Amino acid sequence: MTSLNNLLAYTDHLVAGLLLFGAFFMLIGSWGLAKLPDFFTRLHAPTKASTLGMGSTLLASLVWFSVQEGSLHIHELVISIFLFLTAPVSAYMMGKAAIHRSRPMVDGTRNAEQAERASERRGLKDEGPESKSS
Amino acid sequence: MLNTVILISSGMVGLAMLLCLWRLLKGPDITDRILALDTLYINSIALIILLGLYHGSAMYFEGALLIAMLGFVSTSAVAKYLLRGDIIE
Repeated sequence: MTSLNNLLAYTDHLVAGLLLFGAFFMLIGSWGLAKLPDFFTRLHAPTKASTLGMGSTLLASLVWFSVQEGSLHIHELVISIFLFLTAPVSAYMMGKAAIHRSRPMVDGTRNAEQAERASERRGLKDEGPESKSS
Repeated sequence: MLNTVILISSGMVGLAMLLCLWRLLKGPDITDRILALDTLYINSIALIILLGLYHGSAMYFEGALLIAMLGFVSTSAVAKYLLRGDIIE
């Protein structure tokens, strides 16, 4: 029991550390969004760094409310699982839209010629029955 | 101590939202603007969580969950519209 009380005494520090970590990574994600040169590099920063920061912030909130109320507070877990599931899906859809709009890429992008081929396939919609699979 | 840390974190998230807003206004193409809006709603969820921690109230999570779901739906709808010229074919 004393060890549990010792643990509870450090909850403040744990929550503060998690909050600072999370806010720092969200700031890095948005900074990358503002700073990086082209769309495809910009796509990396928010989808990875901001999601990590979000998970850390939600974990801090989970720990704090679980200790305050004495029972497991599950709401934050739902939000973070939902975000972790949806962030890659929306990043994929935005990247695909950008490839089809033939956005310029920064010099040195690998396999850049495959992007041209992928954007040419947009016309496939009008050509035949195979176009059903989107 | 925790109140100070929450205020500092809110300041950092607010600065992140300002950077997103800059990209939203400047963004050379519409895909950049969609990405900025996506990041903006994720940051706003963090701000709501921080507000709930600051007030010590667990009532804010429904709002955060709502923003998460509507944000994902709107991002995927706009990306789909750009991709196919239609949302539901």
